[in-house]
Amino acid sequence: MSGSIAVIARIVIPAALAVLAACDNSPWPKGAASENTIYSAMIENTPRHLDPTASYWSNDTLVTYQVYEPPYGYHYLKRPFELVPKTAERVVTPIYLDKNGKALPDDAPGELVAESVYDVPIRKGILYQPHPAFAKDEQGRYRYHAMKPGEVGKRNAIQQFEYTGTRELVAEDFVYAIKRHATTRITTPIFGVFAEYVIGLKDYGELIKKEDATLREGLDPASQDKPFLDFRRWPLAGATAPEPHLLRIRLHGKYPQWKYWMQMTFMAPVPWEADAFYAQPGMAERGLTLDQWPVGTGPYMVKEFIKDRRIEMVRNPNYRGEPYPCDGSPEDKARGLLADCGKKTPFVDRIVSVVEREATPQRNKFRDGYYDLEVFERTDTGISYIVEALDSERVRANYEAKGFNFPKYSDVNSYIIGFNMIDPVLGGGPTAEDKLRARKLRQAITIAIDWDEYSKIFPKKGGETAMSPLPQGIPGSREGTPEGINPVTHRMVGGKAVRRPIEDAKQLMVEAGYPGGRDAKTGTPLVINYDYYAPPTPERKPEIDWVVRQFAKIDIQLEVRATDNNQFQDKVRKGKHQVFWTGWNADYPDAENFLFLLYGPNAKSVSDGENTANYQNPEYDKLFTQLKMLDDGPEKQAVIDKMVKILQDDAPWSMGFYPWASTAVQSWIANSKPAILIRDHGRYLRLDPALRVAKLAEWNKPVYWPVVAIVVLIAALVAFTRRHLRRRERLNARGELLPA
Amino acid sequence: MINYIVRRSLYGVLILIGVNLATFFLFFTVNTPDDMARLNIGGKRVTPELIAKWKVERGYDKPLYWNEAKAGSDKLTDTIFWERSVSLFKLDFGRADSESAGDIGTEVARRMWVSIQLALPIFILQIISSVSFALLLVMFRHTALDLAGVVFCVVMLSISALFYIIVGQYLFSRVLRLVPISGYTGGLDLLRFLVLPVILSALSRLGTEARLYRAMFLEEIGKDYVRTARAKGLAETAVLFRHVLRNAMIPIITSAGGYLPYVFMGSLVFESFFGIPGLGAYVIEAITKQDFAVVRTMVFVGSLLYIASYILIDIAYTWVDPRVRLS
Repeated sequence: MSGSIAVIARIVIPAALAVLAACDNSPWPKGAASENTIYSAMIENTPRHLDPTASYWSNDTLVTYQVYEPPYGYHYLKRPFELVPKTAERVVTPIYLDKNGKALPDDAPGELVAESVYDVPIRKGILYQPHPAFAKDEQGRYRYHAMKPGEVGKRNAIQQFEYTGTRELVAEDFVYAIKRHATTRITTPIFGVFAEYVIGLKDYGELIKKEDATLREGLDPASQDKPFLDFRRWPLAGATAPEPHLLRIRLHGKYPQWKYWMQMTFMAPVPWEADAFYAQPGMAERGLTLDQWPVGTGPYMVKEFIKDRRIEMVRNPNYRGEPYPCDGSPEDKARGLLADCGKKTPFVDRIVSVVEREATPQRNKFRDGYYDLEVFERTDTGISYIVEALDSERVRANYEAKGFNFPKYSDVNSYIIGFNMIDPVLGGGPTAEDKLRARKLRQAITIAIDWDEYSKIFPKKGGETAMSPLPQGIPGSREGTPEGINPVTHRMVGGKAVRRPIEDAKQLMVEAGYPGGRDAKTGTPLVINYDYYAPPTPERKPEIDWVVRQFAKIDIQLEVRATDNNQFQDKVRKGKHQVFWTGWNADYPDAENFLFLLYGPNAKSVSDGENTANYQNPEYDKLFTQLKMLDDGPEKQAVIDKMVKILQDDAPWSMGFYPWASTAVQSWIANSKPAILIRDHGRYLRLDPALRVAKLAEWNKPVYWPVVAIVVLIAALVAFTRRHLRRRERLNARGELLPA
Repeated sequence: MINYIVRRSLYGVLILIGVNLATFFLFFTVNTPDDMARLNIGGKRVTPELIAKWKVERGYDKPLYWNEAKAGSDKLTDTIFWERSVSLFKLDFGRADSESAGDIGTEVARRMWVSIQLALPIFILQIISSVSFALLLVMFRHTALDLAGVVFCVVMLSISALFYIIVGQYLFSRVLRLVPISGYTGGLDLLRFLVLPVILSALSRLGTEARLYRAMFLEEIGKDYVRTARAKGLAETAVLFRHVLRNAMIPIITSAGGYLPYVFMGSLVFESFFGIPGLGAYVIEAITKQDFAVVRTMVFVGSLLYIASYILIDIAYTWVDPRVRLS
């Protein structure tokens, strides 16, 4: 007995105390806080695709925009967004040619333009990241381009290859990347758009299908090993490299929005060596694909990719070090965003992101300082903290002490409630009178839905009330100006836009033939279905109820038909929906990327396009075809104004809101200026590790005594039980205690 | 016994066929390959051509159950159902539907070890703590301590596992700051991430299990052989541990054995909340992504493990109680 107590006293207790002393709540290894590494979370999963041809999810941009460099990018600080060259020498103006191949002036009408030619000079001296695909032996042969089956062995990361190499970026890499959109091997979400414009790409797609079938003839179709599809073998008229550093892209007609595609990773260069390397036997099976191990020229490269767990990017040693921008607004200057003017980027050595499946641990780690940016690629993570600080004085003081000061702004995406225009009630019957009645009904509803109220009730999800489909910051948008107000839903009172009174909506209901929410002819109540895209979970229910209440203001009974997204999409494709909620994240800052959502030929139920409202208006469609070909300027503004006016009058949507954006970022991170369109912000962020170490130590002091108390309590219980048992053993049948 | 095992295994095959049919039918009723394609390709610019391409890439371009275009037995075998079912029974799980279509078998093998790292300590701690606590209550039966213990068990079993997780994470990670709130890593450092979910999981089931075991022990303790043991002068601990515990093993094995599949399959809730990338988290991810291939595989593997567990439980009965004969 005394022996065991001695063992406990000498070994177990000191060991337990030592273990306890080593306890803390840091999810990172010891000493990690002092390194020049940014830690952040990924929501639910690792990125879906890192292959630039396939990647179209915002989660992917954590990696893709740090690794790949398309020809252009956006200026980090300037608003409205301005294109700047990245791997290109400059942002070029296209040359327009008529149908005879003769050059046209820059301001030639779009209808005359048969072809646009973009001659993009590529910067010299840009090197790819070190990668085994480029490794050569002493004789100049690629070390890893002729691997035999089984030679990959147990490797599952590119770092496990002994040799790496690099080479200079050339225009052919961009040509290869454009051709690659015709591949049969991976999902290519933008092939349809590119094939519409890039000369010859549509036919190229068919050619590649045939060539690929020939290559794979006789091979196991289920095998992950597929022969190298070398796009260099087949030329494409619309993408060529007349000189090593000159990229020529030829488009059908005029398409001013093309310049924005050139800042997306769909246009990032792809070295043929990468495809040749990853096409070898055994690579795909070991997860060695461009989809997990990208090859780029950007400031970072992937060092670790553990699917659905963790991604680590490190500084690309071959990156040339682009300077931090020097131009910005006075507000940028006041916030210290110009302090690093001209310094070489990137500032941070590593970016580590780990998967978080639940919001609570993710947010708590940020609150405790273990995430520097809560979610690297998200621009909405700060809103919750702003709302919480407004709700509670104690929380506000706590957040202020921690330096949580996240600026709030509205971003270039939008949420709306739409009406299915092919529905007889909301879109109207065949006669002009029916259509007029339906329009008045829609207008009444758009007045009744009070989006300011929505943003007050749901501040974490709300935003600036929209007057048109075009958010602020998009050239042509008049949001925030007196001219920009929607006259159907708002009026100016004392210089401010005020929503029209509900009486106006009720009057419109009378004119629409639904006085008091009943059909004037039959007396039956007006019941409209609200087709919601998700099940009414406790989180969503209040929002759904809020929408129902808005319709009830004008006595419309809104029947909620909440389903899962698949069923909702199915209903939409069949045109069986009535009122629906949807949103749009912009691809690029051009009015075309918003107004196409109501372009007739894009009607969802007709052509499976993005026009979920099935809105068809010949005048609007005609204006849209003009708009597509116009450069920013007064003429384009006039067209946009006309289109917006049509939409406001026709009301196929209740123009919802532009959600607020704000990024949760710690005080030791400098140069954060979030914007949903700017995804390559990793290179601009600067970290102060010393401040982080100090703050983490201050915020996360472990408290040991409750654990000691629990252990003492358990020990006391054990001792009591032991004593009780021993005593019971010594009791005789009469309950007398026998001597020990 | 061999006959019995063979017979049970054959029943198991029938159950697996049924499970396979049900999951295939249910999944395709609510979720067509077109729906899966739309979700996986993305929310924007999804064209019919892209959907067709996605389906071809994953072998979903064939009819579901019956291929009219084919002749003879190919009408049945050249279908999605046949191809997917046969490969499943050969334990060739194929590739995932989503993303870069990784090999499911490799992923299951990798993640199973992660799940075991969490679930095995939970399994062992749960049995030890529940049995110990139940024995403690039995030792003090019909006393105030026993009553308090039973009330404690009822309170414990009335609380959802989510409550334990949220309060546990808040208390131990945010207030006491002793363990990370969630995460996963390799090596010895892993212990820091596992200690909280293991304790909380064991705690969340302590009430249910201990109350059940207490009832079993109390039933045994009133039997004649216990009285005889006491009459022989055996100490109470010897009576409880050597006789009562052994004779109460059958319900303990039944109850604990039912948990065995989770040791391999992982816990959906705990893995999700604690950021542990095991099979439980894999299932949740697959459901989120509507990855039919993964969900179906996991349902199949789960059924397989259940069947195996219950055969093992039956065999274990003969080991703890020689009177039991499997025939």
